[in-house]
Amino acid sequence: MYRYDKYDQAIVDARVEEFRDQVARRIAGEMNDDQFKPLRLKNGLYLQLHAYMLRIAIPYGTIDSRQLRVLAHIARKYDRGYGHFTTRQNMQFNWIKLEDAPDILAELAKVEMHAIQTSGESIRNISADQFAGAAADEICDPRPWAELIRQFTTFHPEFSYLPRKFKIGLTASDNDRAAIKLHDVGLQIVRAADGEMGFRVFVGGGMGRSPFVASLVREFLPAGSICSYLEAILRVWNRHGRRDNIHKQRIKILVHDLGATEFARQVEEEWRTLQRNDDDIGLAEYDRIAAYFEPPLFERGLSDELDLSDPRFAAWVERNVDAHKQPGYAIATISLKPIGGIPGDVSADQIDLLADLAEDFSFDELRPTHAQNVVLPHVRKADLYTIWQKLDAAGLATANLDLISETIACPGLDYCSLANTRSIPLAQKISERFADPARQLDIGELKLKISGCINACGHHHAGHIGVLGVDRKGTENFQLLLGGSGAEDASLGKIVGPGFSEDGVVDAIERAVEKYRAIRTPGERFLDTYRRVGVEPFKEAIYV
Amino acid sequence: MKLITGNHLSEGHVIWWTGDGWSRHVEHAVDVGDKGEHIAQTEATACRVNNPYIIDAQPSPNGPVPNHIKERIRATGPTVRPDLILQPADQSAGSYVI
Repeated sequence: MYRYDKYDQAIVDARVEEFRDQVARRIAGEMNDDQFKPLRLKNGLYLQLHAYMLRIAIPYGTIDSRQLRVLAHIARKYDRGYGHFTTRQNMQFNWIKLEDAPDILAELAKVEMHAIQTSGESIRNISADQFAGAAADEICDPRPWAELIRQFTTFHPEFSYLPRKFKIGLTASDNDRAAIKLHDVGLQIVRAADGEMGFRVFVGGGMGRSPFVASLVREFLPAGSICSYLEAILRVWNRHGRRDNIHKQRIKILVHDLGATEFARQVEEEWRTLQRNDDDIGLAEYDRIAAYFEPPLFERGLSDELDLSDPRFAAWVERNVDAHKQPGYAIATISLKPIGGIPGDVSADQIDLLADLAEDFSFDELRPTHAQNVVLPHVRKADLYTIWQKLDAAGLATANLDLISETIACPGLDYCSLANTRSIPLAQKISERFADPARQLDIGELKLKISGCINACGHHHAGHIGVLGVDRKGTENFQLLLGGSGAEDASLGKIVGPGFSEDGVVDAIERAVEKYRAIRTPGERFLDTYRRVGVEPFKEAIYV
Repeated sequence: MKLITGNHLSEGHVIWWTGDGWSRHVEHAVDVGDKGEHIAQTEATACRVNNPYIIDAQPSPNGPVPNHIKERIRATGPTVRPDLILQPADQSAGSYVI
């Protein structure tokens, strides 16, 4: 994985000291909240319901054991013994004191981490396929490009005061595990017929109050032009973006208002200007960065055989283990959604265990996913049983990946100052209602996503079943959506009808699931059945 | 009744206006009537509180109970981590979040 050079380290260290001074001035009363808020947000420090919250960047979801151990240390020393993996491959701590924030950032900087690009009107932490560099179905490792874009965008003056936040997602596979079409810019790395590498460029996706699936604005962009093309996209947005209306500031609104064709035309026109200025970073810099992402030294001649005589292990392999590009290896996804647990939460001890497993069994890499799980990307199949036993002992061996109990849920009103309703208790009730492994397996792939407000951090628009929490005069109310997907077949869920109480929405979900089981055809997922029959049969079942 | 709440400036925890200062316990909060805006502005300007605002509450034998669930959660802590909630100053106060 990438290692900081002296420039990277210098700018992160300088940022820590700058923030230390700003915090001291705030505590001394030399700055009011209006003055300080934009400064703390540029360092990932939010003020939530109960305390300050620090969101730490894990660029494109790649982290190693020494970094994980520092996160565990922060959880113990500065927080309350746990952290939370977010839906953008970051980690956040919920109980931070302002006076401790500079020291925490200094400890992070020592292991090449920071909280830059995790808040504010900036280009946010770039997300990527969690199977990058390991997936059997990818054409290359997308992370060098993600790192190149990270470096290009970090502290770029033209991107420092954008109309609103801006999210970029990358994949190098036709199987979209990074939800790229629900990003402001989604990039799919492809190869042309002559072998040249390039990008399919999607723009204007996103969730929140006004959800859109991104439009394809360029079928093939030569890879070496990615920085200038991104700059052209951002310039067009900067020129026309609706800074006058917070609900219309995101680029998705601009793409929708202009139309994808006209937006693309303006981007191409702007891009030609940049090309005349020879404004691209170029392939030499890519090659420098890519050297950090050379494949690990895999052992050759390993067997692909697995002893599946332990049925619980076999069930975990069936659900949570994926094909690796290297024979004898596998990709293991660790579900952070135990039945009745809090999605994405991990204790300091569990973080240490993840560090140990990454170091001992996965070439020192761990990958947080946007679904609030983590991945050991390069595991010898012969080690899977040992890994599973260690996970099982720590309560991390739940075999429910992509099943109904593996719910994405935002922190909701238990932590978040923007939320209307709690999300976590609902996720817990749903996972308990469907706890029976055989029942979950019979239901099959069903992605359930819960957001506690319209900002959609729980990705409810992209759930096969989505739940949106709304405030009904101080009472929690939950709307049900059906038919969303964040994958390569991206679609937005539609609200079925009137909302429910917390217990009512669990019952409604169960009725929808039972309807699916009654009318599905062989091989159909819940989403497939919904797309085939439409909403009405489900609506009739839900509102009996 | 009207209460003023905000977050502690350096530590970030939830605090409530008591009439002459700030407390972590909502049961210490006082009704500020129509003086809330003035008090909140004065305290924020003096950097003694972060982001103060006024909320509605109802009196009870154990002290004020905020009307909105959000403020009741703020007063105690996350409902999903009972091990982390703020113990009431009056141990007999009980839980009233939901």
